[in-house]
Amino acid sequence: MSLTEQIVPHLEPVHPGDPATAAGAGGRSQPSRRTRSMPARLGRLARQPGLLLAWTVLALVGLAAVAPGLFTDHDPLRPAGPRLTAPSGTFPFGTDNLGRDLFTRVVYGTAESVQAVIIAVLVGLVVGSVLGLLAGYLGGWVDDVLMRVVDVLLAVPALLISLAFITALGFGTVNIAIAVGIGNVASFARVMRAEVLRIKGSAFVEAATFAGIGRLRLLARHILPNTAGPVLVLATLELGLALLSVSALSFLGFGAPPPAPEWGSLVAGGRDYLAAAWWMASIPGFVIAATVLSANRIARSVNRHQVSAF
Amino acid sequence: MITYAVRRLGHALLVLWATFTATFFLLYVLPGDAALSKAGVGGDGATLSPAELVRVRADLGLDQPVVGQYATALLHALRGDFGTSTQTGAPALSMYVEAIPETLKLAGSALLLGLVAGTGWALLAAWTRWRFLRQALLALPAVGVSIPTFWIGLLLIQVVSFRWQLLPAIGNDGVRSLVLPALVLAVPTAAMSAQILSRSLEATLHAPYIETARARGASRSRVLLRHALRNSVLPVVTALGMTAGHLIGGSVIMETVFSRSGVGAITVRAVNFQDTPVVLVAVVFAAVVFVGVNLLVDLLYPVIDPRIQLRTTRGAGLLRAGVAT
Repeated sequence: MSLTEQIVPHLEPVHPGDPATAAGAGGRSQPSRRTRSMPARLGRLARQPGLLLAWTVLALVGLAAVAPGLFTDHDPLRPAGPRLTAPSGTFPFGTDNLGRDLFTRVVYGTAESVQAVIIAVLVGLVVGSVLGLLAGYLGGWVDDVLMRVVDVLLAVPALLISLAFITALGFGTVNIAIAVGIGNVASFARVMRAEVLRIKGSAFVEAATFAGIGRLRLLARHILPNTAGPVLVLATLELGLALLSVSALSFLGFGAPPPAPEWGSLVAGGRDYLAAAWWMASIPGFVIAATVLSANRIARSVNRHQVSAF
Repeated sequence: MITYAVRRLGHALLVLWATFTATFFLLYVLPGDAALSKAGVGGDGATLSPAELVRVRADLGLDQPVVGQYATALLHALRGDFGTSTQTGAPALSMYVEAIPETLKLAGSALLLGLVAGTGWALLAAWTRWRFLRQALLALPAVGVSIPTFWIGLLLIQVVSFRWQLLPAIGNDGVRSLVLPALVLAVPTAAMSAQILSRSLEATLHAPYIETARARGASRSRVLLRHALRNSVLPVVTALGMTAGHLIGGSVIMETVFSRSGVGAITVRAVNFQDTPVVLVAVVFAAVVFVGVNLLVDLLYPVIDPRIQLRTTRGAGLLRAGVAT
């Protein structure tokens, strides 16, 4: 046990109404997960440098998505210097074939990529959860039909599902995001269905049913909140995967049209200058890899602790 | 056994039919006008007179009700006719099938490389005693699935092809051009199978029979290779269907990065030109591979692990084996 964890419990406010604290104030040596305070969490975080780094990367990415102007003074669409300059003090990521600052373009592209990832995960989460909820709760032929749909989604690789949706919907970052989200529906549906089946059999649901509660209310108030944990953990795991798929699709050229910066299309743009300007493809690709790694590192720690991300 | 096989086959056909149906309705009913893209006009119909448009629509059967179109398409598809490509006018199916050998070379060598590397990696991690190294070996495959393959591919082209001038950067010219793309495509496969096998080995190595084998004097490597590996390999085999799917998706990206010809390149071009018949073939083909590999794996289970008997109790074998991921 670390020093912080030994000290911190005593600093916590004691709730007079709480019987547990009132009865055993002296015997309470270890804080439960729920009562662990912020300093203790940060202390644990500091002992995992990898996790700390991952959070830093994601925080920077989030900041760049919200306020790109904080990082750079250049314009992502206008030339800022000579063409194809190697990375240096003035141009940390170098300049591209039109003399635009690559760092600025990566920073301004963040919003587009982050937005696509969030849409993708939300589409997968919402559609998948609804399918899983209906299948698990209603059972019978609804379950059979919906699970066959999930079988189809599992039988075709996610990338091809996405490509089929892009063919139907057309190009663009939002369409890519929706397409990636549909590709993720199957995993959410399966987790949700399994959770609903588990909870449906528990005693408190039986009690609620006997209490004469309506089906919809039972679903919304009693079953849904209890499924949230595993489904949200899956959502964090899907964040990194979604970024991989989104940037792969925009690398293939199905994303925003050329002048707009977006991570995957920046890599694609550098592909024509591999011999002349190594930085044009390598650096945006590195940013994607670092972000995916960070998201996955955090997702794994969330997965391990279920509740606390620290 | 026979009943089981028949039931699994029935399920496989059901999934294939559902895939065709879902993709057909997605591609043909949801979007804009196939007649326009057939005529090469894109979103702007001004260059085509209304009379011509009507003729093109009649040619394509687009003036029929949707259900009628679907029934015709399904009947034709069963005979191997998926329509003609809107880019070239060639039959969509044969256009796709002709490209399969090139992709098969790529995906096949990547599969082999990936499985060998993944197995070796997991065994090495289980064999290593030094805790720090062991943790590192166990953690690295998670990194392998997080790195975009197109980025690894471009980095390798820069270093191996341009700086060292060792291997060709692009094209389908012989074995030398296959090395880099196969290597990159193998990375996710290796990482995934290493993860699965590590987890499975972990469980197996705690089994009492392993302790018995060690107590009888078998060396650690012998226990690992002769006793533990065979009992741990089943989850990797189960995941083969999914692996095949990943390889099809991955070859789409690899063929773009390395400018190779093949199924993936055809798919990307088809999406670019909204060539719906070819996209339909691509999706159905991927489903056929997935379903076929899973069927094969299910029927091979008793050969790999003699303890498994294919039971024909209703429902039991149906789903669990089919969608195991």
